[in-house]
Amino acid sequence: MEPEVDRIAQPWGGRTPYARGEPWPARVDSFLAPGVGTESVEHWAQSASLLHSNGDAMDIAVADGRIVGVRGRSGDRVNRGRLGPKDLFGWQANHSADRLTTPLMRRDGRLVACDWDTAMARVVAEAQHLLRERGPGSIGFYTTGQLFLEEYYTLTVIARAGIGTNHLDGNTRLCTATAGEALKETFGSDGQPGSYTDVDHADVIALFGHNMAETQPVLWMRVLDRLEGADPPQLVCVDPRPTPVARRAAVHLAPRSGTNVALLNALLHEVIRTGRIDRDFVADRTVGFDELAAQVARCTPGWAAGICDVPAADIERAAEILGGAERLLSTVLQGVYQSHQATAAACQVNNLQLIRGMLGRPGCGVLQMNGQPTAQNTRECGADGDLPGFRNWENDRHVADLAKVWNVEPSRIPHYGPPTPAMQIFRYAEQGSIRMLWISGTNPAVSLPELHRIRDVLGQERLFTVVQDLYATETAQLADVVLPAATWGEKTGAFTNADRTVHLSEKAVDPPGEARPDLDILLDFARRMGFRDKDGGPLIGWHDAPSAFEAWKECSRGRPCDYTGLTHDRLRGGSGIQWPCTEDAPDGTERLYTDGITWAGADDCETYGKDLVTGASVSGAEYRALNPDGKAVLRAAEYLPPHEDTGEEYPLQLNTGRTLYHFHTRTKTGRAPQLDAAAPEVWAELSAGEAQRHGVAEGDLVEVATPRGSVRGRLRITGIRDGMVFLPFHYGYWDTPEGHRPGRTGGRAANETTISDWDPVSKQPLLKAAAARLTLVERADGAVSPAPTTTASAPVDPHAAPPTTGGPAAVAAQTAAPPEGDGR
Amino acid sequence: MSGASITLQALHDGERRLEHDLLVVARRHRADHEVHHVATDVARWSHEHAHRIARAAQHYGLDLSGPDGDPGPGLMAAVREKAAEALGRRSEIGLLLLYDLCDLHLTATENSLRWEMLAQLAQATDDSRLLDLATACHPQTLRQMRWTNTMIKTLSPQLLGSV
Repeated sequence: MEPEVDRIAQPWGGRTPYARGEPWPARVDSFLAPGVGTESVEHWAQSASLLHSNGDAMDIAVADGRIVGVRGRSGDRVNRGRLGPKDLFGWQANHSADRLTTPLMRRDGRLVACDWDTAMARVVAEAQHLLRERGPGSIGFYTTGQLFLEEYYTLTVIARAGIGTNHLDGNTRLCTATAGEALKETFGSDGQPGSYTDVDHADVIALFGHNMAETQPVLWMRVLDRLEGADPPQLVCVDPRPTPVARRAAVHLAPRSGTNVALLNALLHEVIRTGRIDRDFVADRTVGFDELAAQVARCTPGWAAGICDVPAADIERAAEILGGAERLLSTVLQGVYQSHQATAAACQVNNLQLIRGMLGRPGCGVLQMNGQPTAQNTRECGADGDLPGFRNWENDRHVADLAKVWNVEPSRIPHYGPPTPAMQIFRYAEQGSIRMLWISGTNPAVSLPELHRIRDVLGQERLFTVVQDLYATETAQLADVVLPAATWGEKTGAFTNADRTVHLSEKAVDPPGEARPDLDILLDFARRMGFRDKDGGPLIGWHDAPSAFEAWKECSRGRPCDYTGLTHDRLRGGSGIQWPCTEDAPDGTERLYTDGITWAGADDCETYGKDLVTGASVSGAEYRALNPDGKAVLRAAEYLPPHEDTGEEYPLQLNTGRTLYHFHTRTKTGRAPQLDAAAPEVWAELSAGEAQRHGVAEGDLVEVATPRGSVRGRLRITGIRDGMVFLPFHYGYWDTPEGHRPGRTGGRAANETTISDWDPVSKQPLLKAAAARLTLVERADGAVSPAPTTTASAPVDPHAAPPTTGGPAAVAAQTAAPPEGDGR
Repeated sequence: MSGASITLQALHDGERRLEHDLLVVARRHRADHEVHHVATDVARWSHEHAHRIARAAQHYGLDLSGPDGDPGPGLMAAVREKAAEALGRRSEIGLLLLYDLCDLHLTATENSLRWEMLAQLAQATDDSRLLDLATACHPQTLRQMRWTNTMIKTLSPQLLGSV
């Protein structure tokens, strides 16, 4: 392994092969600013990554009061010292010259600087006026998957018991809502069953709509190291694009968009037909097998081949590998969660694990993944609108229990209906029944579907919008009040990754100007609003991150996500720890459901379930009758044709998604030079055959249009399936002259084109579900498509574009042994 | 006409009416995206039910294979269509949505009761053809009812509270 490597050109770094069942060797990655040596680092502050959901543990290097670099933590269970490109380079965005440093308020149509007292007084006056005149239902909160646990919990208490509104959600609705919902539908309650260490033991890893190499590059390094070692696993990949995962897979299935349920039903059909089921496990741990078997009885590979446009023989081969696995790990991400029938499809992956008895043992797990670093906490703490601690809003005892924790009357916590999901919050704002929207740490003016509509909603005179962020994002430019927030490295708090590992992230440096931690902003709001509990004491009795963490522990006590064995001090040094962590399990819990299904009983479960087609609720009595012994529920689902299908006018399926080098709407990664240069501009992808049919070629400027809007970008010809066009969704307008909307050269944000449609069960927007047309704008004439060559966007013709490299600015260190003075 | 053919005729009318009404509501409330998409999905069930009923009816001397004529919007529906256009972004559009969901629920409920009657008759007369038909279709009618009920429960606090 070379000691230094260009981590833009080689995103996954060097290999440290290991054999099945062995521990993953350490490899410590580090990157320091040019001219900074380790000896000039004054202080290392412990943290973990904030630009994806993997939770890579790292230390932040500080010199002269500034962040100067990062180094992976070799002792951590998640990454064993490794860092991905966004971990290595993303921190530079903290120092961007255009950070917000004072609050802003709209005066005469323009945002002008003001002091904190003026801004907060305005926010409080508006909230109090609305509460008086229109009631709590006129106020909504839309947060993120990037704050810390302590901040989400505080926000939840403010929204639910302070204001008393049901309108609270996170942008986690876009990334992880289906993961949470699929776990609830199958296991009764949210909670990731598996562990990243299942990669060490599995002989088959199946990735469903999960481009792990780009979304969780460090987890992919773990898979790559297994592939290079003795007794490597076989990979099964379901993805319409030629991802790095697909290139290493034993079987790659590239189905039409919107057909995941058909494909999965055929795989289940084959596994059942060939008798590869664990009958004892099914009898002991599940209900619903007969219904599932009946549902998939006619779903032969031949039937699915017609719907999915995948060869029946490939489906049979995939089923053969899944059916023959000794230790099967399945992972799921946006290819399922943002596609038609999202929850129904994600549940079928759970079903596959369950009928094969692959749960609760090393190598036998399911990872319903997240997109964002702290999305898990949004779910646990209730900032996605669910009741905190995976409590069931339809169970009066759960509500009473929560009311006791908060010392309020149960009636103070709205629980007459489900929480309002993000897209419905925007609909209520469009109708005028929500008049105040507080948006923290997210950028809906780029990330939500059908952007012209979202801009219209946010631009309404009658809607009072508060935006809390680091930069003047597209959304902030439409706000009435902008609050400058501190970010990762500038505040302390805990957060939890996709495999339940809790990390502490310490403050390394001061925030710029007057920017404040989100927790401080929320506590200030609560104090000014004068929220009280039922005895007249303050509703929120905490004052900083450690005391907020202690309050959350009490709320989590006895719940599936029990944090009572953790403290900030306990998380300092050493490795992250997986919840539940209690007095009985002081070192945390590697896998859930090792001794049976624990939270699916009618009295314990987080939901009684929903109809997988309509989203209609199932009643408590029905659930109790269906599942009297609290087992896992095999939820069967029929395939439904997609809502927006291709036709003459819009002949292509539109797929939107991510690239390795950017995160969300690029607010940070676009401000990190190496990452920005690696993927500087939007592009479009087509297959060679499709390009020929359309008369377009590599590098041509093309327009991708749907009935809702259009995007222009240069074309990349890849191995994507025929009939599909792909657009990366990261690009917006903050770095264009127009600032927050398309200019004369056309749209840049993929969500100009996407459809307002969401999964009726998880309410996750279906950003991979539209039909589009592609037209030529101008010939390449020597211009090159800006798409990276190192990823799923790699050109079919290797000479079509210069290889993506980072040069000397992107050279990072990697070393197989922990460095001297690592302290562990 | 026998009890079976009377019930099949009524069910056929009821399923066709529900399909039509679901599609009208889907169109009218296209800015309420979940209603729009799910109403279109579950309209397909009623469409399939009507076809299955027509096929079964042949065995009872009943010809339901006539053209899929448009039952036509009722007077109230026409008024609402106009009102929905006029209201646009106003909050009163929410009231219209609630009324439409109530009507859908009642139509589905009527169909459900008729499926119940058909299933009872089938059991009493040991008619496996009718029993199979009711067993295949009735659960989906119940799901249509649950969906409209869930939507009404979810939306009414906000839509009524803001009028």
